[in-house]
Amino acid sequence: MLRCENISKTYLMGEDNNLTVLKKVNFQIEKGEFVAVIGPSGSGKSTLMNIIGALDRPSTGKYFLDEEDVFSLPDDKLAEIRCKKIGFVFQSFNLLARSTVLKNVMVPLVYARVPKIKRWEMAKKALQAVNLEEERWQHLSNQLSGGQMQRVAIARALINDPELILADEPTGNLDSKTGEVVLKTFKQLNKEFHHTIILITHDHNVAAHADRVMEIKDGEIISDKKNN
Amino acid sequence: MLITDLFGETFFSLFANKSRSALTILGIIIGIGSVIAMVSVGQGATQNITSRIESLGTNLLVVMPSSQRRAGNLVKGGMGEATTLTTDDAQAIKNSIEGIKAIAPTVSSRKQVTAKGTNTNTSIYGVDENYFSIKMITVDLGSLFSASQINSSSRVAVIGPTTRDDLFGENTDPLGQKIRINSQEFTVIGVTASKGGNSVGSSDDLIYIPLNIAQQYFTGSKSLSNINVEVAAANQMDAVEQEVSDLLLARHKITNTDNADFRIMNQADMLSAMSSVSSTLTYLLGAIAGISLIVGGIGIMNMMLTTVTERTREIGLRKSLGAKNSDISSQFLAESVALTFIGGTIGIIAGWVASYIISALASMTTVVTLNSILLSFGISALIGIVFGYWPAQRAAKLNPIDALRYQ
Repeated sequence: MLRCENISKTYLMGEDNNLTVLKKVNFQIEKGEFVAVIGPSGSGKSTLMNIIGALDRPSTGKYFLDEEDVFSLPDDKLAEIRCKKIGFVFQSFNLLARSTVLKNVMVPLVYARVPKIKRWEMAKKALQAVNLEEERWQHLSNQLSGGQMQRVAIARALINDPELILADEPTGNLDSKTGEVVLKTFKQLNKEFHHTIILITHDHNVAAHADRVMEIKDGEIISDKKNN
Repeated sequence: MLITDLFGETFFSLFANKSRSALTILGIIIGIGSVIAMVSVGQGATQNITSRIESLGTNLLVVMPSSQRRAGNLVKGGMGEATTLTTDDAQAIKNSIEGIKAIAPTVSSRKQVTAKGTNTNTSIYGVDENYFSIKMITVDLGSLFSASQINSSSRVAVIGPTTRDDLFGENTDPLGQKIRINSQEFTVIGVTASKGGNSVGSSDDLIYIPLNIAQQYFTGSKSLSNINVEVAAANQMDAVEQEVSDLLLARHKITNTDNADFRIMNQADMLSAMSSVSSTLTYLLGAIAGISLIVGGIGIMNMMLTTVTERTREIGLRKSLGAKNSDISSQFLAESVALTFIGGTIGIIAGWVASYIISALASMTTVVTLNSILLSFGISALIGIVFGYWPAQRAAKLNPIDALRYQ
């Protein structure tokens, strides 16, 4: 479903002082996989996620999503891909603070130009998929607990029914118990709704929930194996 | 982004910063309001001047004596000193020039006037029956001179309302009363309607008596103070002016126009001179008010830049959720246009109210025209776009990754 070919990312820090974050990375992920990308901070895993998420262009190399050469496209097409094919979940949730849960979940629908009458049904479906209690739906997002906020963020990522869900340290701001609930939610989405999920973490316990673990260090993939 | 979403997001975010939005809108209200009010004062002044000049008569040429220079004498006399403009000149103009509707020669001088123990010093105008129609003077009480009264040299007088107040008391009926001017007795037969203004010779404080009597008793000669010529059509004004000038030069045997012992005031020229003064005033007032509008616009830009900085993370998030650059920029542009739209609408109402208050308190004429409303509305929309464009572009060009990391 997605394929990275010789992806490199170099930041120009000044004359003769280039920082290479990714070094000719190659891998392929199939539809329906639940992959954890694990590595210490500074290993290049966040940069890799930004490239897979079509947020950042690589210095060299090609990235194919559904056999489409993503970075040959203009910025507006990248926005369209992010809108329709990719759902993001961030470490710090990134919910709109003064808006209700429902409004937060519906934000991607605004950019997908979904007619208003369809939005309620789609939001309902997404919020039910992450098991958020219905009495919370009208609450403002900053009135929720961390675990609830992250489930709202997941619902937002799901609402356009994207093929790929990208989660960057989704449990990083949560205690281990609520983190467990969020990880179970991902697992459920993968098993029941067959979403492809890429989860980025530095924590081996979190990575253990995935079916496949790719380890990245100093911009290179040093291991890629399936969990049993 | 659907247009309804754009409206929704715009009002949601303006409402989220109520006091900031309100203060920014206030800046635009003051700007637009002062433009409307100032321009209304300027246009009111224009209308006032125009209507006053027109109230003196239409298509009017006034021939006045100028300085007289005798042959071989280099010393010029004072303006109006010449006594060479006579009743014969007036008759000649009337008889030999085409396109004249009416002509009214006058003499005037200031005299002491007494009536039943009161007295006043006022202008005495010697006029004929045509004068009143040319100058559009009507009576409040009694009647104006008839041709037979002029011809029979009747000792009658028509007085202005202020003179009536001075001599007989306010709002009294002086008809049939006697007044004495230089020991000559006249009977009051009419009181003119008030013209209000005091500009350019129109006054309520004067006395009209028949022209031939005035010449006989007060000037002792056939010389005139001026000749009012009403031209039949506006487009003949310049031609008639030229013909009158040529005729008088010939009659007075003057070859060099620089030495002319008369001058001709053209009402149309005066009107355009006065209106150009007052339209300059309008532009000046508008420009001063426009400065506050620019300040208001800078207020909008300031607010939008602050908002963009504050919402950097939100912009990054929206981009990651699929917002295009154009979605982001149109959202911020919509906010600034909404601010100016609201401010502009309230500002027009405020400016209108202010112009009413100005005209009520300062007893000035103010005119709010459709043009000035459309103009300020256009300006306020333009300000929203111009001052919102840069912040909107800045928001749209943010790199989503940097924006998401922004603390």
